[in-house]
Amino acid sequence: MAKYSIFNIIRNAFNGDKSWARVWRDPEPKKSYDVIIIGAGGHGLASAFYLAKNHGIKNIAVLEKGYLGGGNTGRNTTIVRSNYMLDENAHFYEKSLQLWEQLSSELNYNVMFSQRGVLNLAHNDSQIDAITRRGNTMRLNGIDAELLDAKQIRKLMPYLDFSDDVRFPIKGGLLQRRGGTARHDAVAWGLARAADSLGVDIIQNCEVIGFEESGNKITTVKTSRGNFNCGKVGFAVAGNTGHLASLINLKLPIESHVLQAFVSEPLKPMIDHVVTFGAGHFYISQSDKGGLVFGGDIDMYNSYAQKGNLPLIEEVVTAGLAMIPSLSRLRITRHWGGVMDMSMDGSPIIGKSPIDNLYLNCGWCYGGFKATPGSGWVFAHTIANDEPHNLNKGLNLERFKKGRMVDERGAGPFPNRH
Amino acid sequence: MKKGSSEVFSFKSRRQQRLDDGGQINRLEPINFTFDGKKFTGFEGDTLASALLANGVRLVGRSFKYHRPRGIYSAGIEEPNALVALRSGDRHEPNTRATAVELFPGLEAKSQNRWPNLLLDYLQINNLLSPFLSAGFYYKTFMGLPGWHFYEYFIRKAAGMGDGTKFKDPDKYDKKHMHCDILIVGGGPTGIAAAVTAGRAGARVILLDNHPTLGGQLNGELFFLDEKPAHYWIEKCVEELDDMEHVTIATRTSAFGYYDSDVVNAIESVSDHLPEPPDYQCRQRLWQIRAKRVILATGATERPLVFSNNDRPGVMLASAARRYVNQYAVRPGNKAVIFTNNDDGYKTAFDLARVGIEVVAVVDSRKKIPEHFEKELNEKEIEVIPRSVVVDTHGYFGLNSVEIGTLSQDGKTIESNPFIVSADLLAVSGGWSPNVHLYCHSGGKPVYNDAVEAFVPGALSQNGHSAGAAKGSFSLNDCLHEGHDIASTLVKALNFESAKQIIPETNEKNIVPIEALWRVPGKGKKFVDLQDDVTESDITLAHREGYVSVEHLKRYTTLGMGTDQGKTSNLNGQAIMAQEKAEPIEKIGTTTFRPPYTPITMGTLAGRDIGLSYKHTRRSAMHNWHKQNGAIFVEAGQWLRPQYYLDELEQPSKENMDTAINREVQTVRTSVGLVDVSTLGKIDIQGKDSAEFLNRVYTNGWTKLPIGKARYGIMLREDGLVFDDGTTSRLDECHYFMTTTTSNAAAVLSHMEYYLQVQWPDLDVKVTSVTEQWAAMALAGPKSREVLSKLLPTRNVDNESFPFMGVREFDIEGVPARIFRISFSGELSYEINVPADFGEFIWQRVLEVGRTYNIRPYGTEAMGIMRIEKGHVAGPELDGRMTAADLGLQKLLSTKKDFIGSKMMDREGLKDKNRPRLVGLIPVDKTSRVKSGAILVKDPTLAPPVPKLGHVSSSAYLSPTLGHPISLGFVSGDIIETSKKVWAVSPLHNESHELEITDPIFYDQKSERLHD
Amino acid sequence: MLIINCPLCGPRDHAEFTYIGDATKNRPKSDDISNDDAWYDYVYLRDNPKGLHEELWQHSFGCRCFVKVVRNTVTHQIIATGMPKEDLILDEKGFERSV
Repeated sequence: MAKYSIFNIIRNAFNGDKSWARVWRDPEPKKSYDVIIIGAGGHGLASAFYLAKNHGIKNIAVLEKGYLGGGNTGRNTTIVRSNYMLDENAHFYEKSLQLWEQLSSELNYNVMFSQRGVLNLAHNDSQIDAITRRGNTMRLNGIDAELLDAKQIRKLMPYLDFSDDVRFPIKGGLLQRRGGTARHDAVAWGLARAADSLGVDIIQNCEVIGFEESGNKITTVKTSRGNFNCGKVGFAVAGNTGHLASLINLKLPIESHVLQAFVSEPLKPMIDHVVTFGAGHFYISQSDKGGLVFGGDIDMYNSYAQKGNLPLIEEVVTAGLAMIPSLSRLRITRHWGGVMDMSMDGSPIIGKSPIDNLYLNCGWCYGGFKATPGSGWVFAHTIANDEPHNLNKGLNLERFKKGRMVDERGAGPFPNRH
Repeated sequence: MKKGSSEVFSFKSRRQQRLDDGGQINRLEPINFTFDGKKFTGFEGDTLASALLANGVRLVGRSFKYHRPRGIYSAGIEEPNALVALRSGDRHEPNTRATAVELFPGLEAKSQNRWPNLLLDYLQINNLLSPFLSAGFYYKTFMGLPGWHFYEYFIRKAAGMGDGTKFKDPDKYDKKHMHCDILIVGGGPTGIAAAVTAGRAGARVILLDNHPTLGGQLNGELFFLDEKPAHYWIEKCVEELDDMEHVTIATRTSAFGYYDSDVVNAIESVSDHLPEPPDYQCRQRLWQIRAKRVILATGATERPLVFSNNDRPGVMLASAARRYVNQYAVRPGNKAVIFTNNDDGYKTAFDLARVGIEVVAVVDSRKKIPEHFEKELNEKEIEVIPRSVVVDTHGYFGLNSVEIGTLSQDGKTIESNPFIVSADLLAVSGGWSPNVHLYCHSGGKPVYNDAVEAFVPGALSQNGHSAGAAKGSFSLNDCLHEGHDIASTLVKALNFESAKQIIPETNEKNIVPIEALWRVPGKGKKFVDLQDDVTESDITLAHREGYVSVEHLKRYTTLGMGTDQGKTSNLNGQAIMAQEKAEPIEKIGTTTFRPPYTPITMGTLAGRDIGLSYKHTRRSAMHNWHKQNGAIFVEAGQWLRPQYYLDELEQPSKENMDTAINREVQTVRTSVGLVDVSTLGKIDIQGKDSAEFLNRVYTNGWTKLPIGKARYGIMLREDGLVFDDGTTSRLDECHYFMTTTTSNAAAVLSHMEYYLQVQWPDLDVKVTSVTEQWAAMALAGPKSREVLSKLLPTRNVDNESFPFMGVREFDIEGVPARIFRISFSGELSYEINVPADFGEFIWQRVLEVGRTYNIRPYGTEAMGIMRIEKGHVAGPELDGRMTAADLGLQKLLSTKKDFIGSKMMDREGLKDKNRPRLVGLIPVDKTSRVKSGAILVKDPTLAPPVPKLGHVSSSAYLSPTLGHPISLGFVSGDIIETSKKVWAVSPLHNESHELEITDPIFYDQKSERLHD
Repeated sequence: MLIINCPLCGPRDHAEFTYIGDATKNRPKSDDISNDDAWYDYVYLRDNPKGLHEELWQHSFGCRCFVKVVRNTVTHQIIATGMPKEDLILDEKGFERSV
């Protein structure tokens, strides 16, 4: 793997960029793999990367039905944070954030991790109490958090609505300075390049169409590009987990829902942080290219279509204007949808499954992108050792049966309410 | 400045380029406008772009990455280059396409992405640095210290296009909902023909077009229909359609998205062509159209050709050059070269020559020249150079010459030495791509068509039928016929009698097939995506590095990611990738077109739901009284509730929040107070199975509740966790009245309706929300009975006649009232419900009657403190994660029956004895203020990660009754067993307080005050 | 916009409705012997099909009726609607066209 650096850029500039090598191979699949990860999104690639790097497993394939990074990895609003309240989530996402902090150098690929700060706004006393509790919990967990009052927020973000004719005035906010954004595609590409260089076969345009089982084990993964024997299998196909699981008659506490995202025309720097609204579901940041990237709620109904409908768009934009009135004359240049695994408590499922050699990495709800390196880290550990890492112990599938849900919002077993 | 000075001069001594006659402009209405502060004049009917060209302005912008000088490239919404900042101040509109802006008096436009000005743009240094800035260079560096966030600061400043907005928008936006049988998108020849046929058949038709007038491509051409100029036909059709009441024509209305169930959304630019909207009018209007059938007559977009330095001001799409001449009577240049790989360039050559523009040559990359053009070419003395290409162009701020060379047989090299001709206009045509965007939004998958070298609609998706150029049928004759035919088919399908329409004869020449030319050999920068500065070498680099899928290509190089979403660039880029991969284009595929078709203003999507109207404000029936009597309001969901009242007897009030709350609590504890509780959810329950239903919904028993009695209950969700609490009263044999918490009112109703309609349809129960119908107030305090008896002089309300948890229906001053002897404050209390219209009247009567007892209104703060004193749980405790036992309410779980949640509430995790449970907390130092949201720990000095024992959920900084602060909170079961004390820490505030763990009921533990 | 044909009100925008979820989940009968797996299945597990999905919507801003909808989760096409306990006959053609 040729190293990326400013010197190499300069050297290549003089030969017309002719000597840049392929970032990843396009290998012919082998007959058999020790570990097959299904899904070459950020999570699948990170899992393969850490399986190879941390656990020395060599014979790994990552199967992708389309192009790598083409699912939610390339469709999200790129926010990275670890401002969770419940321990099961907090420690896991914090590990992930720590991995983000070194990811570009670890991969030798600039994933543009920008720690520009994530601010959650609060608009009334009970919201202040709620962010106080969350912020305090974060601090006790060793995660950075600051409580800002309206004055401090106004200084930081004068574009928010501090006028008199505001329906829900800003009372305060919880700031995680270490949170921010990353370049989503670069994460997939950097991980693919790094995993590939460790010998992982990334096989694109390879859709899984079934499984063969023997005993309580998967023996063969059947795909559009042939059948592969497997030692262990990991699902990392959030959005499509329900469908993939149905191929092996596994029912999961998950529904697939469509989440839309939006980008405006490119603008000179206008919004320097990630800000989330408290009186409606809306979050926004500005990409390095200048587009305002924002999103809101899911469309609420089960969907495997990567497209949504206008009522939700109107709702999201309306919330956006309630938070930042000066958005009104700016234009949306593109909106799209991603299919989310919405779990029954709003938290991910990452761990063992009822099938002996099948491991699940699913149920990410809105939170998958920020989890990418952490998810790969603990999933690799779980697969390699056939037991969960300390950080994903509480995020197992059995928690629903045992009544140990990890429900940050307290919304109960209604996947579209998390 | 390289080659700069002469062009700067020519920029200053601009030549007027307006033709003396012709075009669809109104020379009697001159319009003044400014560009970059300079004054210009155009005419009514101009776009900003045509007016700039008419004034000889060629340089209008800078490119995104290399800051190269750019001019006007197109004559429509596909414009990649000429983006300007339109208007100023609070109407500033960045990134506006000059080609789509209708000129209006006083129009102000500024160029973008340049500093300090358009000529002297410092960042044009990027053009020289471009070898280092190839696709994705930023992924390969900036990884070290001080971190990306440092480098990003500079990159962000350089990136972006227009400046953001800073002000509240002064304009209004509206929404409109429409239904129709047939929606026709696009008012060109196809759409007009379709509308006439459908209209004549009697179908309800909506015809949309984003231009100010119908006609589409015909407006830019010199076609004849039935031997008369095409506009005669357009006018005749429009006249006929205007007379049909069931046909709606909407111009300046752009369909931006085709969503599910054949719903198409459009934005009407109501006032964008005016200096500002009239007072009564909105700026833009969102249309939501529900159509039975949709005809997509969205036309096609011409493609550029990819050759060296194909981006200079003066290079323009061939159809655009023609449109400027024909529609706007503007010479886009004076000496033109046409470069084409299809017949379109010839039309441009003829139209330019007609108005006296010198056409130096038609450079046609095809081997054979269409014979039927020969006569006209000879007449107009236009030279055609076959099998040749434009190899390069020159001129920094504007084109001044082009290099022409001959293609080798295989098309991969230039055979002879190129020769240079001087020219200030290079009109290019790389063929046409159907506008399949809306078809894609509807769920369709376009397929590649070799004959037209473009993606065309594939199988039908939903009910959106493409026709005309949008389907790849580029001849006018085909467009007219397809428009008619599809309309005719669809009206039949909708059971209308089909109507006849005689399609006019056209004067078109036969079309000779296009020969694809995806790129021209050569060394310079060959732009594929003009807006994002994506060059051919970026695409070959992407291929070399393995970013070969069309999506990787797009994302790695940013191809098609500008405001134009690649309308002119996508196919060229994908075709070059296909060539690199040596695969056919259909195998490579195309990226997905996503809505919106053209960028849409956010204000339009929000409509009127902005500012204070963002979400409606709910007010109780007594709101006005509160407002006039010193209430300070607080948001409770969408409700406004009095938080406390500043003493209304003295003005200005001497009270502050703390003293007011203190006074209110003491009033209730010692005498009597009145609080507005109208926001509680109220549900009327009727039917013979109501008791059985309540028995299933609540955890406790309900079958034995007598008429005239109320009972407190909690509901669980099916997962066994607490959902809501409240009281329900039995008004009659089969009639109950339920109250819920304010925040769960809607959810509880829907929850019950679900069980009644879906799971237990056999139960005879009806539930109805009556929250808005009843005004409710709680009369609380030791003197409340005396007030009540004065209100009801003829009724006996003593403890025996009207006991605790009793419910009575009495008239108060002739107003029917329901009175519930229930208490949240811990005092003797009566909740009085009256029809909402009488709420304020009764509220005032109660206060009048109570005056002798010093009755005072109290707000949510005092109520909150008293409920903490009494250990009642409320919102902060009912957070959706609690079991009944966590809340100390396990006694309410009946063991004699099943109820919702009973089957799952005993799961191991929910029975864990270490789960945090509700406790009371009193600070050891009685002056400390413990914040809700503080976390309970064993030792405040521990370093993170610190084991957490629970949290403080509700706090009263001072219990006026007890004289010290109190809190409710949750503490792990094992700690409750073993410790008496715990620390509350709030690292956010840098605070810690030691607390004593107590019973959660601080006041009147035996509830004697309620019963007597 | 999904246009849902409410059996009581006729075709209405989905914005008038609240999505409830999988319509195939039947609450285990209370007089069944407490069967943990049946309850776990009812409360938590979903078929989550990629294709036709039987689901409930409530016409919240209308008649408040619960409506059973058969909808394709890939194309969002609505195949049939009816009352919650109605057995909806699927239009095979519609199904084929939309997948």
